[in-house]
Amino acid sequence: MSEHLIEIEHLRQYFPAGGFGKHKKFVRAVEDVSFYIDKGETLGLVGESGCGKTTTGRTMLRLYEPTGGRFTFDGDVVFDVEKKQYADMLPYRKRMQIVFQDPYASLDPRMTVGDIVGEAIDVHKLAANKEERFERIISILERVGLNSEHANRYPHEFSGGQRQRVGIARALAVHPEFIVCDEPISALDVSIQAQVINMFEDLQEKMGLTYLFIAHDLSAVKHISNRIGVMYLGRMVELADSYELIDRPLHPYTKSLISAIPIADPKQARASQRIVLEGDVPSPLNPPSGCAFRTRCPYADERCAAQVPEWREVEKGHFSACHHIDKCN
Amino acid sequence: MAEYLVDIKNERLSFFTPAGEVKALNDVSIQLKEGEVLGIVGESGSGKSVTAYSLMGLTAHPGKLLGGELHFNGHQIEKMTDKEMRKIRGNEISIIFQDPMTSLNPVYTIGNQITEVIKLHTDKDSKQAKARAKELLELVGINEPDKRLKQYPHELSGGMRQRVMIAIALACEPKLLIADEPTTALDVTIQAQILELMMELKDKLGMAIIMITHDLGVVASMCERIAVMYAGRIVEYGTTDDIFYHPKHQYTKGLIRSIPRLDTKEHERLIPIEGTPVDLLNPPEGCPFAPRCDAAMKICLREMPPVSAFGDVHYTQCWLNQKEEFEKGASHE
Repeated sequence: MSEHLIEIEHLRQYFPAGGFGKHKKFVRAVEDVSFYIDKGETLGLVGESGCGKTTTGRTMLRLYEPTGGRFTFDGDVVFDVEKKQYADMLPYRKRMQIVFQDPYASLDPRMTVGDIVGEAIDVHKLAANKEERFERIISILERVGLNSEHANRYPHEFSGGQRQRVGIARALAVHPEFIVCDEPISALDVSIQAQVINMFEDLQEKMGLTYLFIAHDLSAVKHISNRIGVMYLGRMVELADSYELIDRPLHPYTKSLISAIPIADPKQARASQRIVLEGDVPSPLNPPSGCAFRTRCPYADERCAAQVPEWREVEKGHFSACHHIDKCN
Repeated sequence: MAEYLVDIKNERLSFFTPAGEVKALNDVSIQLKEGEVLGIVGESGSGKSVTAYSLMGLTAHPGKLLGGELHFNGHQIEKMTDKEMRKIRGNEISIIFQDPMTSLNPVYTIGNQITEVIKLHTDKDSKQAKARAKELLELVGINEPDKRLKQYPHELSGGMRQRVMIAIALACEPKLLIADEPTTALDVTIQAQILELMMELKDKLGMAIIMITHDLGVVASMCERIAVMYAGRIVEYGTTDDIFYHPKHQYTKGLIRSIPRLDTKEHERLIPIEGTPVDLLNPPEGCPFAPRCDAAMKICLREMPPVSAFGDVHYTQCWLNQKEEFEKGASHE
């Protein structure tokens, strides 16, 4: 039916935040987010902390129970909350995996690296006997630049970059088609980040992987992604081809986000005019009416307070949700 | 001596841990004039924070200063007692820490924490100190200062807390402000606000800043001079333009090459620095960067290279530069 590998429609994720009965309050972590990812493609997801990018990734894998929306994977429904349709997740866990942000916290300190990688092989019964299991573990470790000698060691014996490689090996153990990369490089040193980014690219090429790459570092996301989605306070505000997004942003938030990034080039940095946003991100418990960005937006008017801007395709493949798109150009 | 505000000469400092001696600083020298901004960049564990902390006398046990001189504003830091140190800390020299979430005391109000510094270092009474605290909050761009003074740190956002930290640091108008990764824990749009504020205050108050960061973008826009550190050594030192446009050390070159840029038009593969950071418990012999360096020669693995200078302020420690100089000298003859 559809040619997209991943299709998300109107995804919503609310978390309870105190109160009873009628007064029950919710944090609207993800509100009405829709996107698709093609096979072999990388979609980047950027935004500030608390904007819902990580929650989006985790809800897709049903690490959280979705509050609303529909997710189809390769044409099959994984969940459709409105129709109360939920697929058995076990077979999908083999096809979809996740790499977590913190390589220090996401590996069990009491398991050897071999067992961490092997656990997924056991759960999905991918190896007929011990030898096959061992061979598989080694081949995966080699793929991420580690070797057989590392299999018997514990996570604390590794550096941050190596631990992240173990985290990636764990995700690759079941030969998934789709990987959610949840800030996989932000805990690493600058000189190691480039190594890991290159490895993600190599693996994608060799194994035909599809990525949802979540990060707050726009330069890194632009480097690895084909398209980028920008989130603000639980909503997607803009989505476009990555070069297009950087060159011609069609949302004031994207524009200020790009200009806020310090440029590692002193002459350009001196010449550039920064748009410095006033104030802080509003609390997601109590988001502003209408457009969530209006409290910090230079173009905001009454219409922005009254009406949530529509998510629309402004140009082919370039989506934006803003009442004042013409002013951004 | 009065020429420099900060003059660190050949500082060597080690931490004596149960696992062995960690040589955190080897022959580190830094000069900084009044009102200047110096950036120290490097990976975690390269010694950038330790350099700055030692200036404040914050490298207590198991850290031990093994050699070198630390001059600051006419004081000789390494000879000062704790009591003398307490007088200049927070007064002539201040620090902003990385994580504003944990560096404020959660059980005291903002007002309490700002007035503490003022009362400690000046003879102002409570009322005057409170007025000064209010003034400081206004200076760092916090609105409704009266209300904020009564609030606790958990009631403020990350950006606000970092502003409060800056207010505390500036309470006595220090000559030197050390900023240890002041924006790493913050979002980019908030980072832009804080960096802008720091530059504004620098111009207003005329203080010098030592900016410690791993983000080359931050130093490019803020600093006049940059020290690049690797494994407890300053491998290259120079003006911002020297470092970005004429890097002489292989590590600096690699670092600049490895960061993804926002303004590329086509997909270019990143050029990473291979290998893993140095284990300071067992540093390699010779140049510490040699095991990761793609241009390493035999001598790099045996001996530490001497300093080669280019102009007044630009210097580096790399055998390749020695080799170039030698070849140049040979061809002249």
